[in-house]
Parts: sequence; C-alpha cells; structure tokens
Amino acid sequence: MFAYTARRIVYVIPIVLSVALVCFLLVHITPGDPLVAVLPADASQELAAQLRTAYGFDRPLPVQFGLWLWRALHGDLGSSIATGRPVLSEVMRAVGNTVMLAVAAAMIGFTLGLLFGLIAGYFRDTWVDKVATSVAIAGVSLPHYWLGMVLVIIFSVQLNWLPAVGAGPGGSGAWAWDWEHLRYLVLPAITTSVIPMGIVTRTVRALTGDILSQDFVEALRAKGLRETEVFRHVVKNAAPTALAVMGLQLGYMLGGSILIETVFSWPGSGLLLNSAIFQRDLPLLQGTILVLALFFVLLNLLVDIAQAAIDPRIKRS
Amino acid sequence: MRNRKTNATAMMLAFALATAMPAIASAETVLRIGMTAADIPRTLGQPDQGFEGNRFTGLTMYDALTMWDLSSADKASAMIPGLATEWKVDDADKTKWVFKLRSGVTFHDGSPFNADAVVWNVEKVLKQDAPQFDPSQVGVTASRMPTLVSARKIDDMTVELTTKEPDSFLPINLTNLFMASPAKWQQFYDKAEGADAKAKSQAAWAAFAKDASGTGPWKMSSFTPRERLELVKNDKYWDKARVPKTDKMVLLPMPEANARTAALLSGQVNWVEAPAPDALPEIKQRGFVLYSNEEPHVWPWQFSRVEGSPWNDIRVRKAANLCIDREGLRDGLLAGLMVPATGTFEPGHPWRGSPTFQIKYDKPAAQKLMQEAGFGPSKKLMVKIQTSASGSGQMLPLPMNEYLQQALAECYFDVQLDVIEWNTLFTNWRRGAKDPTANGSNAINVTYAAMDPFFALVRFLQSGMAPPVSNNWGFNNNPKFDELVKKARQTFEPAARDAALAELHAASVDDAAFLYVAHDVAPRAMSPKIKGFVQPKSWFVDFSPVTVAP
Repeated sequence: MFAYTARRIVYVIPIVLSVALVCFLLVHITPGDPLVAVLPADASQELAAQLRTAYGFDRPLPVQFGLWLWRALHGDLGSSIATGRPVLSEVMRAVGNTVMLAVAAAMIGFTLGLLFGLIAGYFRDTWVDKVATSVAIAGVSLPHYWLGMVLVIIFSVQLNWLPAVGAGPGGSGAWAWDWEHLRYLVLPAITTSVIPMGIVTRTVRALTGDILSQDFVEALRAKGLRETEVFRHVVKNAAPTALAVMGLQLGYMLGGSILIETVFSWPGSGLLLNSAIFQRDLPLLQGTILVLALFFVLLNLLVDIAQAAIDPRIKRS
Repeated sequence: MRNRKTNATAMMLAFALATAMPAIASAETVLRIGMTAADIPRTLGQPDQGFEGNRFTGLTMYDALTMWDLSSADKASAMIPGLATEWKVDDADKTKWVFKLRSGVTFHDGSPFNADAVVWNVEKVLKQDAPQFDPSQVGVTASRMPTLVSARKIDDMTVELTTKEPDSFLPINLTNLFMASPAKWQQFYDKAEGADAKAKSQAAWAAFAKDASGTGPWKMSSFTPRERLELVKNDKYWDKARVPKTDKMVLLPMPEANARTAALLSGQVNWVEAPAPDALPEIKQRGFVLYSNEEPHVWPWQFSRVEGSPWNDIRVRKAANLCIDREGLRDGLLAGLMVPATGTFEPGHPWRGSPTFQIKYDKPAAQKLMQEAGFGPSKKLMVKIQTSASGSGQMLPLPMNEYLQQALAECYFDVQLDVIEWNTLFTNWRRGAKDPTANGSNAINVTYAAMDPFFALVRFLQSGMAPPVSNNWGFNNNPKFDELVKKARQTFEPAARDAALAELHAASVDDAAFLYVAHDVAPRAMSPKIKGFVQPKSWFVDFSPVTVAP
C-alpha cells in the first residue's frame, strides 16, 4: 500500500507542472491586453508602457512563467491587478466558501443518489426503478442555473421563505452555524446537488443491477444468507466505482459552478473566476485555475488511495 | 373584575409603547444596494470599474477639488466647487492654475485637509519616486486628467497645479482625483512590513483599502472583499446640507440581473441598479419604484475614415443617421429604457450647440442621399461593424446591432457584424481601424461616457488622438475639429469655454462624425420606502438626501 501511494504521489508532480504551464499559457494566448483591468482605453501610450513594466508584462513569456512558478512554489500567487489584494488570500477565501457549498451539496446529492440508485437497482424494471430513474434523468438534464432561478422565484420571491442571494446576513466573513446563516445555503446547495444526484443514481443503479446478476450473488443466496446480508455484499462490491464517481463529482463541485454562484451571488471560486474573466485579471485568473486544478488532482489522488484501500485488487494491478 | 383586567391591559400596552418608542425613534435606517459590479469597486481613493466605481466608492467616501452638482433631475449636471472653493489660471502662464482650498475640512481619521494633502494625492499617481506612488491607481486616474503634471504647495490652503499645455478642461478633469488621507496612509506605511519601500507602500495601500479615510459624506465601517461594503454617515461632513439622512449604506455586488431583481423583490435589498428588463412590469406591479434619466453615455458606431472607407462620403454618414427609427428601438426592443441620440449631447446641455444637421428618422431622405452617393436596391453598400456580445455600457449590443442591420438594409446598406469578446473589442478600440485586429471593419461599436469634454469629444475628434495615442479609432482628421478643440482648450472663461465646446459638438453632428443611436438611462428600482432620491442626468447620484422609512 505504501509503495502504491508513493507511486501515485510521484505521478502527481508532472501533472501539477503541466497544469501550471497550461493555465499560465491559456490566459496569455487569449487576445486582448492583460492590463485592461487597470488601463482605460484612453490611456496614453507612455502610461501603458509604464504600467506594463510595473506589472512585469514587458518581459519574455518564459521569464514571466519562471518567476510566476517560483513565487507560486513559495506560496505567493502575486497580487490581483484589479484590486491589488494578494491572489492567494482571495482564492483561499473563495475556495472556503465553495467547499462549504460543495460539501452541503454532496451531502444532499450523494445521499439521495445512493438511495435512489440502490433502490432502482434492487427493484430493477419495476415502477420504483422508473420513478428513481426519472428523477435521475431530470437531475442530469435540467440546466442547474435555470433550476436555481426557478427555486429563487418560488422560495424567495413568491413565498419569501429563503434568501435569494448572498452568504449570510453579514456576508461569509461573519458566517455562523445557525439557521439564520444556514438558510442562505439551502437554495444554492440544492441547486448544486441536482446533477451529482442524477449521476450517482444512474451509476449506482447500473452497478447494483450488474452485481445482482452475477453468479456469486446466486451462490450467496444458495448458501442461505439473508437478503440484507446479500445486499451488504452488493454495496461493498459497488463501493469502489461509486466512490470514484462521487470523488469526481465532488471535484467538479469544488471547482465551483460559475453559473450557480453567479445566480446566487455566492462568493465562491466560481464567482471569483467569473469576476477575474470579465475584469481580465490575469494573476487572479491564473491563481484561481491553479489552485482549483491542484484541488482536483489532490482529490483524485485521495480517491485512488481510498479505492485501493477498499479493493486490494487495484493496488496489485 | 373586567375593569381591573382592562386597566391592567391598558397599563401593559402603555408600558410596551413607552419602552418601544425610543427604540422606534432610534431604529437604524439602512440603505441596501445591489450593484451591477461583480466586486466592490476599489476603496482606496481611485475606484476601478469605471464610473460605477466612482459612484459607489469614490463620491461616497471621498471628495475631489471640484465636484458635480447632482441635485437636479432636469438640468445637465454641472461642475461645482468641492474641496477647492475657487481657482484661476495664471494670466501670464496658462499652464499654471491656483486653487484655493476649503478650510475646516477634516478626513475621517481627524487629520486636516490642506495643501500638503492635495500635493500628496497628485503625487500618488504622477510622481514615480514618491513613497505613496501606486501604479494600480495610475491607469484609472492619469488618463482622466491627461495634461496634469505636478502640484506645488503655495501655502496651507493654496496649491498650484501645472499642466503640460494650456488646458481649460483641468477643473472638470479634477472631479476624478479623489483626496485620500495622507496621515492615515502614513500610519499604515509605518507599520507595514516589506522588503523595500515599494513593498511597504503596496502593503500600506492594501491596508488603507480595508480601513479607508477620505473627506466624503460616508465613512467606511466594514469591508468584506467581493461581498459587501458598509458605510455609515459622516456626521461631521463639511457640507451640512449633504450630511446623509440615512444611517448606513450596504453595497452588495450582484452581477446577474435576475439575482439583483430577486433580491429586491424578496426584500433582501431596497435598491437595485439595472433591474432585469423582463421583470419591469412585475417590479412596478409590486409597488416598487423605477427611476431612469438620460445619462451622459452614447451608444454609437464610430466610423473609420481611413483611405477607402465607405464612410468617407458624408452623404453615406448622414444617410445612416437618418435611416434609424430610434423611437421604434426605444419603444420596442429596449422597453423604453433609452433616449434616442441626436448627438453626443441633447438639447438643453451647455455643450450641445446648434447643429444644422437634424438627426431624426427620415427614410426617404436617407434613401435619396444613398442614391446620390451611387447606391440603390441593386447596388448595396457593404459595411462591416466590429462589436461585442456583451460589455459594460454596451446595453444589448447584438439585438441592437441586428435592429440597425435590418433598418439600414432599407437604405441600401449591407451590414455585416464582426462579433468579438468585450475585452478584446475594448483593446482593439485603442489599436485603430488600420490595425489587423479591426479585421476589415469600417466601424466599431464601443459605447462611451460623455461626462467631460476630453472623454466626450476630444479623444475622438482631434487628429492627434489617433491610435496609438487615444481613441480616435477611425483616424478622423478634420482641420476644423482640431482648430475647435484648440480653441475650447485655450478658452479659460467658463461660459466662453462652454460656447467653444458647443461649437465643436455642433460641428461634429453636422459632419455626422458618428452614427448616433442611443443614450442609456441608468434604470434603477427601489422600495417605495425610499424617499428623497433624485436621479440626475449623470453617471453619479447623491445618496445624502435619501431616506428609508422604517
């Protein structure tokens, strides 16, 4: 297990470097001026040149990348061009808010997804399966930003039960774990949970159905195991694949949804990316993409290790 | 028994009322505003995010030497004294101005406003070796006062400002230079950690942005980056008539129009900027109040005047201007939220002048002009317009351009649209019609603010403003414009300067220098509990007279 884990960690290094290179280059090859956030279109040529030097954009790209990577390795992602604030603190604050939203959404989505998937798989081709499958298809098919707007119209505008936007009455900086604050999380979490719920339902349904049709299940039943015991074996066999899917889904959610966070003005990484893109704030954009990509890589690593721990066949292969 | 019970109830009610009354009387009034910005505009004195930034974090917490009169909804907003009470250009050397400062003004931290503070604030953006020089504030400031080069203290309440050339627009441009507290900044600088003076300065500005200090009618009370800015009223504001009538103002960034509208309708905020157009009937039906007014903003096509451009023929430029049914655009597509543009400034504005070319919808006249220019139903004129799918101030760029495309087709134009991303379009605007980024376009659709003469006229009309210097994208080169710009810049008596600007504007309309289409009207929706608001003909508003009923 140690050797497997060490090997997986070594694999991560070139992935991280490639991610860093790609996210650095991506924002540089797009057309437009990187200083558009602080340089109005009517600024003089001298002023533009002065600011280009001040921000280091006059240096060759490889030098800019080297400096950026060196500072990033030391935990310094630079400062936002638009606000002057350190990128790392901006990103970490936003990621914290997105993690809160993602975990809440995962709790809703994964619980319902597992429940619907197991029920649908176990009672395959019955009306229970059809209902659960319909819910899953709706979850995957509905545009989540549209669902978010509909939920806001119903529960905020018409019923006035839940707030429409924001992350607490005093913002996320004054967050507390009480109903007064949690009510701000309800609508965005439900909206975010819908797609993972659908995907987990469909995956677990397929897995359960597949496992139930295998010979060893018949053997277990023939040995006289009770149906609950058989079901436990089914769950255990479905767990590694389901875990991998849930890990990927959690990764997507941790990346933040630009659309959902914009609809709910939730101050997470999606809204931060939205702002960085529209303000063309390159250091912020690069830093946010890098941190989110690292999260994704790290999460995949953890899922791989967890899978290997659950299913010994994986580490042997 | 019943009497005793009634008496007891009455006494309890009286007690409850007596204890509640002071609480009701002293209940804090809060104005909660949903902004269109995705982030709180910068709070350190020179806001980013264009004039929306100035509106919310500039003019609220800070003052400039000169200010805009925002008290009237009917008249064009005029420049008035601010932290300077009077100013005069030197008779012998027209590049030198003397500004007398307002006495008795203090910053929110209690330090005095004086000539040293003015010099310090000029140098924060113009003097590269000054400790407080901040490159991040330069771009948004220096371009708005392009001729200012330095400041010098004459005495405690008098400063001399120097421009690189005679420039009568300087007092107007100074509305963009906000006075931050040098004393407060110095406290942060002294405490800041950093490898060198530059790093310490950067750290001091970062700290200042979180705990800002200006002289404005509102003071910062708390700030959560990207989420909310809370301002409280400055009881000690120097203009007693403009001490805010509301205790607190909370600014919330809400870039999505539907989210802003939902926040208003659900009572989370009591004021939103630019509500979703589709929701206007519901907003009105629920008793919310809609405000709008003509804004100094123009939605145009800016023509290329390089060799071979079809717009070099004035008959073609005039025909395009006569072929657009602007009232139809307003009443249909834009649901009333625009003012038809007949120039950069509309009648009533001091810089409007008296153009002889009347911009209106006259299709037969437009068709006649096009036929005189050699075009007709069987020989259409192909024009290509570069525009964006979205962008600040662009209103509804694609549907509006498609409307123009259809309208102009009836006057023998074949309009092709080159749609690119907003920031790219904005960058191309500086590169000009000769640059490959123009992609063969012979007009560009970038909206502009028309608050001051440089932004509204000079940068587009003066030949010296052609790329890469400024925004004369189409390389307009009209000696008459150059002469009139020079005349306006060198006329220092305000009424005569305004007359010269009016002459320049009239000349630009007579030349059909743009395809003038629309002025934005800055729609905002508010709770009926908000009273006292006046929406001026400006990008800015005065929050001071606004009250919020409990």
